[in-house]
Amino acid sequence: MSGKTLYDKLWEGHVVRSNPDGTTLIYIDRHLVHEVTSPQAFEGLKLAGRKLWRADANLATADHNVPTTGRSAGIADPVARLQVETLDRNCTQFGIVEFGMNDPRQGIVHVIGPEQGATLPGMTVVCGDSHTSTHGAFGALAFGVGTSEVEHVLATQCLLMTKSKNMRVRVDGRIPAGVTAKDVILAVIGRIGTAGGTGYAIEFAGSAIGSLSMEGRMTVCNMAIEAGARAGLIAVDDRTIDYLRGRPYAPAPQLWDQAQAAWRRLYSDEDALFDREVQIDAAAIAPQVTWGTSPEMVVGVDGRVPDPEREKDATRRESMRRALEYMGLAPGTAIGDITIDKVFIGSCTNSRIEDLRAAAAVVKGRRVARTIRLAMVVPGSGPVKAQAESEGLDKVFAAAGFEWREPGCSMCLAMNADRLEPGERCASTSNRNFEGRQGSGGRTHLVSPAMAAAAGIAGRFVDVRSWN
Amino acid sequence: MQKFTTLSGIVAPMDRANVDTDAIIPKQYLKSIKRSGFGPNLFDAWRYLDQGEPGMDHSRRPLNRDFVLNQPRYAGASILLARANFGCGSSREHAPWALLDYGFQAIIAPSYADIFFNNCMKNGLLPVILDESRVQRLFEQTIAQEGYRLNIDLGRQSVTTPSGETMHFDIDPFRKHCLINGLDDIGLTLEHVDDIRAYETRRRQEAPWLFR
Ligand code: SF4
Repeated sequence: MSGKTLYDKLWEGHVVRSNPDGTTLIYIDRHLVHEVTSPQAFEGLKLAGRKLWRADANLATADHNVPTTGRSAGIADPVARLQVETLDRNCTQFGIVEFGMNDPRQGIVHVIGPEQGATLPGMTVVCGDSHTSTHGAFGALAFGVGTSEVEHVLATQCLLMTKSKNMRVRVDGRIPAGVTAKDVILAVIGRIGTAGGTGYAIEFAGSAIGSLSMEGRMTVCNMAIEAGARAGLIAVDDRTIDYLRGRPYAPAPQLWDQAQAAWRRLYSDEDALFDREVQIDAAAIAPQVTWGTSPEMVVGVDGRVPDPEREKDATRRESMRRALEYMGLAPGTAIGDITIDKVFIGSCTNSRIEDLRAAAAVVKGRRVARTIRLAMVVPGSGPVKAQAESEGLDKVFAAAGFEWREPGCSMCLAMNADRLEPGERCASTSNRNFEGRQGSGGRTHLVSPAMAAAAGIAGRFVDVRSWN
Repeated sequence: MQKFTTLSGIVAPMDRANVDTDAIIPKQYLKSIKRSGFGPNLFDAWRYLDQGEPGMDHSRRPLNRDFVLNQPRYAGASILLARANFGCGSSREHAPWALLDYGFQAIIAPSYADIFFNNCMKNGLLPVILDESRVQRLFEQTIAQEGYRLNIDLGRQSVTTPSGETMHFDIDPFRKHCLINGLDDIGLTLEHVDDIRAYETRRRQEAPWLFR
């Protein structure tokens, strides 16, 4: 018999019951909650007269709708305010710990989970949010769910599931200077496509993945969903364990050794079989820039916008045409000739301290181009913001003409006041370049923090590898 | 949950691959704390010429006449014909809520994104999977023939065209059972409370740090 994959081990460790119809009841260790996808679930629970199964498995925060300036004045938009207040009320009523808008620990749900040690190896982690895949960086089985499943978890601490297939993406070799975790995952999506991982849990492995910091691994797993996979996974190693030591929700000192021993078994066996394997050479990856309206529409910064007329598949050709029309780009345009209007550094993909350091290093002692209408940095959480300020990064950004904001999702999806106006073009460190994602008619180019920062200074895309 | 057994309805063709849930229901409408009322904002950015915001009178907004759902021939459609990877992106269940609220009861596509597919099933919106070539044929027929209708029979797992051609589709037996009977997952899971408690007891011993 062949060995087990990391995904197999996590799955088997959480089986509550295998039903004769082929479904499995899976136990959920951690449920993260935010204001947008939970109100209808709490309401459903109340209407059915059901109780919350286990309060201590839940952790909540308000992130999608919160303003990134003038927090003390509250939320101006009454609809958004009601949603955030509804979360506050539900958490109070059900006894769930919530980092409310003015809590120093508040932040993007996928940033605060790991930061607090509330995401641990070997856990199942769910949230009513597709980027829950982020937490898989810790050797946890983490995936996004819809609101009905949020309600199911609140009521039963379980989910009814069918097992996914196993895929491994191996990235081997040395990641070149100026190339980051963001470029690695964009290159992976460029290779396998946005539906390439549908039906799979993707384990990221190989020496290049192993060389990434925990922040970088989170960036990679974060965008597994952009490759179609609900879950991204990375095996536990020393770096995982070092990151977690001493965090508020990490195991107490008397349980630490026991926990650590259990976590060290979280890897795929040598002889484990994967349903699909993909190999990528890290050394060949250039800084990536998306040119279209799907994360798979991506090229290296030294490349050009492709020509739809050269695409053989009719449906793809039509998608490319539409994307170029929406993006206001002509085929053959060099990426370096694309000028931008706004810069957004933030989101659950790239708003951690390492991301802010990388961006600050690029802008230090420089000024944003005169043509830039807005350049903003939105830290992922209160603690990230505090850390950055203690290192003086806020001053570096401010001196370069970047706005320094309060933590939240912000212009990643523009539910609050931070958004693109129609036709505006943005270098963004977020994860989705869908039509209208950052504001109706807005044009998003996904890039790494260093690339976004450099684009802000130059007013157009530049290759950070030649930045000095 | 709403039951699904059979459906005979007008088909509307959504001829784009990778339609994401941001397009199905844009973020500004996700501020609602309700499950209903999303229908007028289904495909909002494609459907109207102006920029939509919650609280507007959507019936007075200028329509994009070129958008497929605004064409009179597709009025009252209850089956959405779509391309590969439909529903990718955000996990928002507001997407199936909006489709249902608009009047769709089934979708036919070659493939769906995983979370969206699940969300449909939980709401009685049937996501039928047919292979690319069949879907392509259905697109051609729908566009060629005004008032084109399909019959979907979940019990038989079949889609039947006006000319009587029948195509079989696969569906997970458990999901089929839930849809036909309108069963609520939570109620089913709560029949296994003892199993959940037994698991928790074991887990508490094996991994006590997961419990506070
Ligand atoms: S930062 Fe963006 S992708 Fe991440 S949780 Fe918030 S809205 Fe979603």
